[in-house]
Amino acid sequence: MATLTEAVRSTPAGSARKRATRTRTDSSRASATYYWMVWPAVIAFAAFHTLPVVVGIFFSFTNYAGYGAWNFVGLSNYLNLFRDDRVLQAYGFSFLFAIVATILTNAYSLAIALGLNAKIKARNFWRGVYFVPYILAILVIGYVFQFFFSNSLPKILSGIPLFRDNILTNETWAWTAIVALAVWQACAFAIIIYLSGLQTIPAELYEASSLDGASPWRQFRSITFPLIGAFFTINVVLSLKGFLQVFDPIVALTNGGPGTSTESVTLLIFRGGFSGGEFAYQTANAVVFFIVITIVSLFQFRVLQRREADF
Amino acid sequence: MTNTASQLEQDVDAVTASTGRKRRGAPDDDTRRTNWWATALIAVCSLTVLIPLYLAVVVALKTPDQLTQGTGFELPNPIRWENFADAWVRTSFPQALLNTAIITVDSVVFTLLTSSIVAYALARNIHRPFFKGVFFYLLAALFIPFPIIMLPLVKQTSILGLDNQAGMIILYTIYGLSLNIFIYTAYIRSIPIELEEAARVDGASTWRIFWSVIFPLLMPMNATVGIITCVWAWNDFIMPLVVLTEPSARTLSLAQYVFQGQFNTDYTVAFASYLMAMAPLLIVYIFSQRWVISGVTRGSIK
Repeated sequence: MATLTEAVRSTPAGSARKRATRTRTDSSRASATYYWMVWPAVIAFAAFHTLPVVVGIFFSFTNYAGYGAWNFVGLSNYLNLFRDDRVLQAYGFSFLFAIVATILTNAYSLAIALGLNAKIKARNFWRGVYFVPYILAILVIGYVFQFFFSNSLPKILSGIPLFRDNILTNETWAWTAIVALAVWQACAFAIIIYLSGLQTIPAELYEASSLDGASPWRQFRSITFPLIGAFFTINVVLSLKGFLQVFDPIVALTNGGPGTSTESVTLLIFRGGFSGGEFAYQTANAVVFFIVITIVSLFQFRVLQRREADF
Repeated sequence: MTNTASQLEQDVDAVTASTGRKRRGAPDDDTRRTNWWATALIAVCSLTVLIPLYLAVVVALKTPDQLTQGTGFELPNPIRWENFADAWVRTSFPQALLNTAIITVDSVVFTLLTSSIVAYALARNIHRPFFKGVFFYLLAALFIPFPIIMLPLVKQTSILGLDNQAGMIILYTIYGLSLNIFIYTAYIRSIPIELEEAARVDGASTWRIFWSVIFPLLMPMNATVGIITCVWAWNDFIMPLVVLTEPSARTLSLAQYVFQGQFNTDYTVAFASYLMAMAPLLIVYIFSQRWVISGVTRGSIK
C-alpha cells in the first residue's frame, strides 16, 4: 500500500518550489512533424465539438423543431426563456439542488478525509472502500437507491409520514432523495482530492501548535483549513459545475417527477429538444445555461481564491 | 488562465518530487497512537457505501415473494440464482457487455495514443503562438456543458452514419482531449529536454523520439488518463442514450433502462442485472485498488 500513500502524499504541489525549467528552443519555426501531430486532432475536435456548438448557436436564432422547415426568429427564443415557467422552475431546481449538494459533498468529504488521514486501523482498506462509488455507474446504483426509497424505507420508517408515503412521489421533498444519491457518488472523488491536500501539510505544524496548547478544533481552523484552500476551491468549483448539470441521478430516481418538480435544466433540454419538438428553443436554453455555468464558475474561483492562504 | 498555468507548473513539480526526494514520515513509520475514535467513525460512515451494495446483492438473490414480504434487507432464503439467468436473457447481456467492452477498450487505446502525441507537440512548442492557441482552444472546451452540443451532435452523427459503436469511440477520444491534454502537458514539460537532444544527435526523428523516449516515460500519466477514460466510457449514460440508435448497439448502462417504466414488479431480476452491470469494473477495482486510487490522484488534482 506504500505506493498509494506515496503518490497521494507527493502529488499536490511541492508548494513553494520554483517553476519547472521551461523548454525554450531557439528556432523560430517548429519542425513540420509537430504540426502533423497537432493538426488531425484540431480538425477532429473542430468537426465534432466546435461545429456542433456553432450549429447549436445558429439554430438558437431560428424556430427549427428538429425536423421540417425553419425560419429566423431573432432573439425571440431567448426572450421567451425568461417568460417560461417551466424553464425558470428548472433553473430554480438545478440551483437549489447544486448548492445543497455542493455543501453536503464538501462538508462530508472533508470530514471523512480528515478521518482517513488520522492514524486509524486498516487505513488503506477504508480508503479503498470510500472510493468504490466513483467506479459505479450512477444510473445503475441509482436504481438500487430508487428501490430503497420507494420500497424499503416506507417499511422501515413506517412511523414517519414523509417516508411512509415514498419520498420520491412527494412533490416537495423528492429532490432530497436525488441529493442523497448524487452526494453519495460525488464524495468518492472529493475525498481523494481532500486527502491528497491533507497530506501536503507538514506534521511539524501540528506538533508546534499542540505544544502551544491549541485544541483540535483550533488546529483545524488555523492550520488545516487554510492550508488546503486550493483543494477546497477546486472541489467546490468542480462539484457545483457538475451538480448544476445533474442528469443521471434524476433519470434513475424520479425522471423529473412528480410533475416537473425535479426537472433539471439538462433534463429539460434533453426532453424538450428530442421529443418535445423544441430543438431551437432548447438549444437557446443550452446557450444561456453555458453562460450561466461559466459565470458561476469564474465568480467562485475569484471569491474562493481571494481567501486562500498564501504560503 | 494564468491560474491554471501555475497549477500546471505545480503539478509538474509534484510529479518530479514523487520520485521520493523527501519523505516526511511515511504513514507506516508514523509513531502516533492508533486513533480508535476515528477508526470507529470511519467504519460506521463506510456503511453508507456498503449498505446499497449489500442491498443490491441480497435483492438479486431473492424470489419476488420474499421481496414483497420484507424490507429488502433480509437474507435470501432460499437463494434464487435464476434471476441472473433471466437478466442475462432480458438485457441480451453478452451483447451489451461486448458493446461496452469494445467501446471502452478502443476509447482507452485511442485516447492514450492520440492525446499523448498532441500533448507532446503542444508541450514542446508552447511558446509558439500556434501551439499556445491550440492549447487554450482545447482547454476552453472544458467549460462547455454537454447539453449545448447534445442536440446538433445527434443530427451530425446520424448524417455521418456514426450513430454506432465506432461513433462512440470517436466521440470519447475527441471529447477526452481537453482534460487529457491538461494532464499530459504538465508532465511532459517536466521531462528534461536533454534526453531528446541526445536522441536527436544520434539521428532520431521526432516521431522516433516520441515513441522511444517520451511515450515510455509517460506511463504514470497513461495510467491516470486510462483510468479516467475507462470509468467514463464504461459508465456513461447520456451520450450512448442520445447517439446510439440501433438496439443491438446498446451498452450496459443503457440495457438497464429496460427495467424502468414497464411493470415495475420484477425487481429481483432487475437487481441481478444491475449487479452484472456493476460487477466487471468492481472486480477489476478490487484487484487494482491502490493502483487506481493513486493513478486518479496523480492526474486529477489539478
